[in-house]
Amino acid sequence: MKEDTLNKRPKRFGMVIDLDRCTGCGACMVACYAENNIPFKADESNKLDSINWMRVFKITNGKPYPHTEVCYIPMMCMQCEGREGDGHAPCVSVCPAVATDYDHETGVISQIYTRCFGCRYCMAACPYHARKFNWWDPAWPADMENYLSPNVSPRMRGVVEKCSFCYHRYQLARDRAYYEGRDEIAEKEYQPACVEACPTRAITFGDLNNPGHAVHRLKNSPNAFRLLEKLHTTPKVYYLTRRTWVRRAGDNYLADEHLNTARKRIIRQQGAVK
Amino acid sequence: MSKTSWIPEGVKRCSGRRFALGMAAVTAVLAWGVYAMFLVWYKGLNQTNMNDAYGFALWIWADLAVIALGGGAFFTGFLTYILGQEKLKGIINYAVIIGFICYSSALLILAIDIGQPLRGWFIFWHANVHSMLTEVAFCLSCYFAVLTIEFIPLILENPRLDRVPFLHHLSHNMHGIMAVFAATGVFLSFFHQGSLGGVTGVLFGRPFGYREGIFIWPWTFFLFTWSAAACGPCFTLLITWITEKITRKTLVKPDVKQLLAKISGWMLITYIIAKIADTIYWALVTAPSMGFTLMDFYSNNPVYGIWILIAEIVVCGVVPGLILITRTGRENAFLLMLSAFLAVMGCCINRWVMVLQVMAVPLFSFNEWYMYTPSWQEVATTILPVAYGVIVISLAYRYLPVFPQERELNPAD
Amino acid sequence: MFPFVFEWAWDMSHMVFMGGLWYALTIIGLGLTYCLIKAAVDTAREGKRTNDPHH
Repeated sequence: MKEDTLNKRPKRFGMVIDLDRCTGCGACMVACYAENNIPFKADESNKLDSINWMRVFKITNGKPYPHTEVCYIPMMCMQCEGREGDGHAPCVSVCPAVATDYDHETGVISQIYTRCFGCRYCMAACPYHARKFNWWDPAWPADMENYLSPNVSPRMRGVVEKCSFCYHRYQLARDRAYYEGRDEIAEKEYQPACVEACPTRAITFGDLNNPGHAVHRLKNSPNAFRLLEKLHTTPKVYYLTRRTWVRRAGDNYLADEHLNTARKRIIRQQGAVK
Repeated sequence: MSKTSWIPEGVKRCSGRRFALGMAAVTAVLAWGVYAMFLVWYKGLNQTNMNDAYGFALWIWADLAVIALGGGAFFTGFLTYILGQEKLKGIINYAVIIGFICYSSALLILAIDIGQPLRGWFIFWHANVHSMLTEVAFCLSCYFAVLTIEFIPLILENPRLDRVPFLHHLSHNMHGIMAVFAATGVFLSFFHQGSLGGVTGVLFGRPFGYREGIFIWPWTFFLFTWSAAACGPCFTLLITWITEKITRKTLVKPDVKQLLAKISGWMLITYIIAKIADTIYWALVTAPSMGFTLMDFYSNNPVYGIWILIAEIVVCGVVPGLILITRTGRENAFLLMLSAFLAVMGCCINRWVMVLQVMAVPLFSFNEWYMYTPSWQEVATTILPVAYGVIVISLAYRYLPVFPQERELNPAD
Repeated sequence: MFPFVFEWAWDMSHMVFMGGLWYALTIIGLGLTYCLIKAAVDTAREGKRTNDPHH
């Protein structure tokens, strides 16, 4: 079957987010809500029990005015590859019912809503708090139900959900390529909703393995870093910033530990694993 | 012959009226818990104060704690049937009943805790054998079956049931091969007690809970099994003491208690040495490699100070351990029970920090500690097993020959 | 419905895990069966003895 040969080469879809470009407008979050049929509560003030596959955090350098600097960090599922880089992400290996799995063809971590029975072990395992639990039945204001996306199934109460890198968009792009007799999909054919919505083009998305994709180059920038790299979760979401204090805020360092030395050690360790 | 009493021969029990009154009071508490349980099942986990940062909370702690304390059943069974400590036959029945209550409670709490209770069986059907929780679910269920098998012969020893020839023989035969069941129970317990330790120990995204280990097992795997074997019998001793106070009778000979306490004490002292070694390695090597110092886990929050580590290891570990391994300590009834109580508290604190503090510690420098207070529904459903336990123990004490030494120790009856 | 419909592959760890599980279950099952059968046999024998006029 032709589909078997389509996109044969394994991909590692990933993101690079330029924090120096992010204005914290939240358009990515809104786009994500609309694209993925994410329910919301009447009162969204408590973010700890609301569902957001993507959340923009605001951090400051802690200095008084006029030296105060602000940075916004959009965070979603980091699609971790695990300590050995073999797909044993913190959440994947713990799920007792194989309701979440690492797809070695795309590098995307799936969530099977109909198989999840809501033990929340994956949430306990995820250091990024990327996984959200449906504490309530999903509900939308009456008219909004007509505008739900037919490509994404809404989730039921009592299961965990998370960012899928808009995987349905990948499936649609692949279907189209198959229909048109192509083996590969182009970089622009598969872009998650948040990437498209960002007005400052702070988010870049693509195949980290593909030298032709922008993310491949960007992730190797000296200003690139990942969140909590020291935990060796090996995320596929990278961040870019020229500001040292932001890079330092992305991980935990001992008081006498130099940022660059620590990061070089981590990169060396991960290079050895790969 | 036809007028055989339901109450075992030669022992004195309170009047039916008094018993019913006591039961009614406990049943009211039980009903409160059952109401909360149905509320959670009907309305969902929004009835709790858990949230996305606190996915594991009071229930998982209760689960881990009752399983550890119920470990008295497997370890006393191991000592009695496998190592041949005949003396412990004076307390093994009670250890089994307490274990049965603990394990059935754990299963019930798990059924309340999951977001989709009707899909609970998926853990068996779609089993991910790499998950510690899968291992826990399988071994827990199997071991609960073993405990039920261990409990059945005692139920069949009720005077009325014992009159039925088939049941009489069944009970006799089950007693005959109890060592086989006990050995299976030990095998299963070793794995699920350990896997419960593994639940947190494998979380390499959670520096507070994560531990290195050997092969697929983090050190917490062995520490949990060890502490359950040490503190479980202490819980059995503590409940026996409470039962003796309520019934105003001596039900188990002091030498039986002291033997169990001595073994417990040595288990506790060796466990606490291993725990101290584990804590030192974690504080000096594991946590710093993840960018944390020990005090990062014990400061900047209203509850979790270094006191909790000292309370767990020194006050509730080293102190009761030392008392229990000394003859004078064991022979003093007050010190014996104080030590058992402290050991039980130590085990509960350990399970608490390995569930709730793991969730509370912030992982980003820009995050605050996550604090949590359980909702009344969570509290009620956690008290539910206690009420259920009191009822089962009361019924067992009244109608079954739980304590083989009771008649001898209370001849006036 | 079935575990092998998607994202399921039998590997060594399944064999070890399921092996241990079935080992325990078999012992429990056989032990229980032995007790039940022996109890039935014992009961029948005892019944025979009590009904025996020469007993």
